[in-house]
Amino acid sequence: MEILPARRGFLKNLMAVGAMLVLPASLLAALVRPQAAFKADSATGSVQSLFGQDAVEAADKIRLKVPDIAENGAVVPVTVGTDLEGVESITIIIDNNPTPLSANFNLTDAVSAEVSTRVKMGKSSPVRAVVKAQGKVYYTTKEVKVTIGGCGG
Amino acid sequence: MASKSVKIRGKVKDGVAKVKVLISHPMETGTRRDADTGDLIPAKYIQEVVYSHNGKAVMTAYWGTSVSKNPYSAFTLKSATVGDMVGVSWSDNTGASGENEIPLK
Repeated sequence: MEILPARRGFLKNLMAVGAMLVLPASLLAALVRPQAAFKADSATGSVQSLFGQDAVEAADKIRLKVPDIAENGAVVPVTVGTDLEGVESITIIIDNNPTPLSANFNLTDAVSAEVSTRVKMGKSSPVRAVVKAQGKVYYTTKEVKVTIGGCGG
Repeated sequence: MASKSVKIRGKVKDGVAKVKVLISHPMETGTRRDADTGDLIPAKYIQEVVYSHNGKAVMTAYWGTSVSKNPYSAFTLKSATVGDMVGVSWSDNTGASGENEIPLK
């Protein structure tokens, strides 16, 4: 992708300012939050916005651990792991949430390709785990049935 | 006070460290209403979390509003020894932040 020099400079400045505001120098991350992806209102929109490509279904390559039925939609444990080599990021998307993109973990070689967290689900929805490895984007989904929603209301 | 917002537990086994992190944070979506007044509760949620190992960032997470209240996250360091420092630092959409660092057990 071609980026205009002026825009690249702007991005660099933005990152530098952001890093100074929120992070000690030792933890300076060379990444920016994908704001647009968090504004997308569909799972595929989030994936496109994050990676600039569609994800390929690969249920055999990704381990997605979620409960079949979540009694409390406010706290749904999610674990995503993979044996793929060169994993760059692990992303959790809840298709039917108002903001589908939930969490986007950017990994380095120092950590194993498995992360766990807990998410809120407004209603029953497929939970989508997206893994980017060696430039390719894979996903798998699992349906989670929610009996009590976790998004206010 | 800020350091109290993050709890980290890390244990080394066979050169690999499992790290569990608990951050106390309301993770308000901005769409919930106050039960008494009916006013919208303003959004307050963690946007960025940086995980570090001996001062070097090893993972950066970007979160939206749908990560649960008092967020839990867990990951594994491929190579670690007892006493290595593991740190977590977060910042939210209102500019608030917190961090903590602990030695691995």
